[in-house]
Amino acid sequence: MKRIAVFGGIYNNYLALEAALHDAHRRDVDAIFCLGDLGAFGPHPDRVFPLLGGHQVRCVQGNYDNSVGNGLADCQCGYTDPRDNHFARLSYAYTFANTSQANRAWLRGLPPQLRVQLGQYRVLMCHGSPRRTNEFLWESTTSSAFLEHLFDSHQADVILATHTGIKWHRALAPDRHFVNVGVLGRPENDGRTNVWYAIISLSGGISVEFVPVDYDHERLAAEMRAENLPAEFVETVLTGWWTTCLEVLPAKERKRGRH
Amino acid sequence: MMVLPMVTLNHLDDLWFQVAGTWCNLTCQHCFISCSPHNRNFGFLDLATVERYLHESVALGVKEYYFTGGEPFLNRDMTAILERTLDFGPATVLTNGTVLQSAWLERLRTAESKSPYCLEFRVSMDGFTAKENDPVRGDGTFERILAGVRLLLEYGFLPILTVTRTRDEQEDAELFAGFVRLLKANGYANPRIKILPTLRIGAEAERCRGYADTERVTSEMLDGHDQNQLLCSHARMVTDRGVYVCPILIETPAARLGTTLGESLRPFAINQSACYTCWQYGALCANVDPEAQG
Repeated sequence: MKRIAVFGGIYNNYLALEAALHDAHRRDVDAIFCLGDLGAFGPHPDRVFPLLGGHQVRCVQGNYDNSVGNGLADCQCGYTDPRDNHFARLSYAYTFANTSQANRAWLRGLPPQLRVQLGQYRVLMCHGSPRRTNEFLWESTTSSAFLEHLFDSHQADVILATHTGIKWHRALAPDRHFVNVGVLGRPENDGRTNVWYAIISLSGGISVEFVPVDYDHERLAAEMRAENLPAEFVETVLTGWWTTCLEVLPAKERKRGRH
Repeated sequence: MMVLPMVTLNHLDDLWFQVAGTWCNLTCQHCFISCSPHNRNFGFLDLATVERYLHESVALGVKEYYFTGGEPFLNRDMTAILERTLDFGPATVLTNGTVLQSAWLERLRTAESKSPYCLEFRVSMDGFTAKENDPVRGDGTFERILAGVRLLLEYGFLPILTVTRTRDEQEDAELFAGFVRLLKANGYANPRIKILPTLRIGAEAERCRGYADTERVTSEMLDGHDQNQLLCSHARMVTDRGVYVCPILIETPAARLGTTLGESLRPFAINQSACYTCWQYGALCANVDPEAQG
């Protein structure tokens, strides 16, 4: 295996998933991986599953998948801001109600981690962090010393994660790499409507390429409206700015956004 | 024989510094370590001491650094300490917002822009009106804190307002909404607010009440409890008198675990009275709830 496509946070955005899968095949990858959180935010949860199955995408379980798969009462989002809580509840209720029993069972059985070998590199794939599915590892609040600890304690040279919704890559000497691969489900609070995934390949050393994915976001917005999903979610799809659940953003990442 | 409720340090994620000791320009009625202009129980940490611990923290894989007091900005090394810390990792400073100066914020804005890491300010305020805030934090503090918040915003920082719950928990939504209105009116378009429970020790034990004998954590209460929520499972506190288990218990002799970080990594029995609040609410000291999920 020399070249893999990795994405996370689909959030029911089956249109972006289709576009990303098409793009990844065009780039001649050896395998495709998803780091979890298939549901939330967007319309028609069940449309994601046949695409993943049809393209032999190997998946890690995210916190949302764990909640939906195990029939938990809510997404356990734990926000302090009542507005964030309100939207988290709407999002979870819709996704849970529209995910079939068979797909819930499939989510329940997903592994919390996957490991692959890329040349001499031991690659560990997880959702939030290798030690906790729902841990936020933001670029601005994760010290390099902590990343070194993760590499050492989990015997990995490359760690791939998602969960926060914003991509980043930090290379540490001599040759270790932490990559947040971004998410396909919603744009990353930069005023652009595209979403992101990552190609990890061997070319001498490890090469990390973030790939922008354009998709029919206007169609997604129309379908979200038809499903009576919140106007605030639709606004994010159409503008590229996050409008809800901002509480968890550290100041540095938050300042790049509009809200 | 009673089994002690022991908590093991899973990993040292958060390293705290009691950087201003117990010195504060205010004398808040609910302060859990009774900080004031006259409390010299703990002293300032200078830049060289902080640097020594920062270096030690690297091998331990510390994720984030926190600075508190007293009032951190009474320490004349404070700006330099934060500048240096941003070479190592993200920094959060807990301030009362009343002594901030433009020159310091100018330097800190520059330091943060050059660092990959975030500098967070947490500003304490206990009511969205002077009538509610000033009896707790002191006469005239409401306006002085707001001026501090506006200054932080002017320098591009997005402070987290931390509000100690001095009234009934049922009124949290009203309290939250009141702060949103106040901060928006002061130019903070999308304010960040965190409501905290009081800790019934120090001055707060006098203001309201101390802990009842029944309010103690037992080993049975730790069964099935998510220990990630307990600060002692992922943090330690550096003071001028050694390393303590957490920011809350520095006046508890049993909570002093050593002189170096290495010595402080051992388990701790959470049978002190304030441990009950940490057990009950969890995540008291984090910027956001560590269990919040995307």
